[in-house]
Amino acid sequence: MPTLSDIKRRINAVKNTRQITKAMKMVAASKLRKAQSRMLDMRPYADKMAQVIAGLSGDAEDLHPMLVQRPRNNIEVFVLTSDRGLCGAFNTNVMKAAERLILERRAESFNVSVCTVGKKAAEYFKRRNIKVRQAWTGMSGNLVYADVRKIAADIANHYMNEESDEVMIVYNTFRSVMIQDVTVAGLMPLAASEEQVKTDEPVPIYLYEPSQQAILDQLLPKNVEVQIYRALLESQASEEAARMTAMENATQNADEMIGTLTLDYNKARQATITRELMDIVGGVEALKD
Amino acid sequence: MANKLILDIVTPDGHIFTDEVDEVTAEGTEGEFGVLPEHIPFLATLNIGMLSYKKGSETGYFFINWGYAEVGPDKVVILADSAEKSDDIDIERAMASMKRAEDRLHKTGKYDEARSTAALERALQRVQIAEKRQS
Repeated sequence: MPTLSDIKRRINAVKNTRQITKAMKMVAASKLRKAQSRMLDMRPYADKMAQVIAGLSGDAEDLHPMLVQRPRNNIEVFVLTSDRGLCGAFNTNVMKAAERLILERRAESFNVSVCTVGKKAAEYFKRRNIKVRQAWTGMSGNLVYADVRKIAADIANHYMNEESDEVMIVYNTFRSVMIQDVTVAGLMPLAASEEQVKTDEPVPIYLYEPSQQAILDQLLPKNVEVQIYRALLESQASEEAARMTAMENATQNADEMIGTLTLDYNKARQATITRELMDIVGGVEALKD
Repeated sequence: MANKLILDIVTPDGHIFTDEVDEVTAEGTEGEFGVLPEHIPFLATLNIGMLSYKKGSETGYFFINWGYAEVGPDKVVILADSAEKSDDIDIERAMASMKRAEDRLHKTGKYDEARSTAALERALQRVQIAEKRQS
């Protein structure tokens, strides 16, 4: 039977924790709002770009290496996670999906290289002895386009040097505050990711200026940047949403726990009072004789 | 028969501008071009420079920082790294960055010349476009 002061101490400890989770929830909510608006602003640009490229690449199969499906030997898997934890199953889901993909492709005897964003993925794969080719960290919260450019350049170069023949990207897509889906998508070559690009209009035949080749040379690397940027924004919004939900749950659990503990505390207090009364009554009874 | 164009300017920061207009003029890498309704499908890269549109008697100007123009019979879609309406350009900031870029160009070797030249070009165009609205 814990004593009164034991229970009191536990109640205070849980109250402190609740205060922290509450504060984290608020912070996540305000960060989420920012991340969400950035993501929503970015979506039309990324969609338009995908449309333009779909129209452009229709009759240009072999004009650019990013449009050509080479015989697949080397596959690169690019995983987006966060630097910080305490965001529910956000990181675990992505990393599990990525690991499954990696092991599957290895089993099919492809060479798989791995790139990661965020500390969590880097640590996870290190623990599992999966070699990470390139790991970027320190980007949660303050995503700058210059960083995206660096990442995109590295991955595109790796592809253009034929060190990877296909690049897959694994990340959380933001569906709503409650729902985030793990998405596995092809990044390069474009043929592999074509099913995501939907154009309702018939593809027109364009006049090009300066030339189709020149435009493709510029547009395709740009597209890689844009798609990665978009994925990073999605992942970031999802992270904050997941953290918000996780902290909300933690706060609720703390509330519940405080409730039960308070009940215990009152019961214990009542018991002490009763015992003391019994003592007094017993003492009075003893004196009577 | 469409006799209006929908001008749509999209950047990574969202839709900057969407409206029906009569005429669009933009600066391509190969020179300036104008678009009227019923234009043949056309895809061009854009320079740092000005984009203007006419709608009735009204004329608007934008500063475009690199991008692509996709032209269809009844629409012009501009995909730009960034775009600013002439009214939103901060002249003082543009002037300051122009000066900074000029200084950097004078101190050769210390800074990346291509980057400084691009910065100078951007600032110069911004100032020019901002002046348009005052005249």
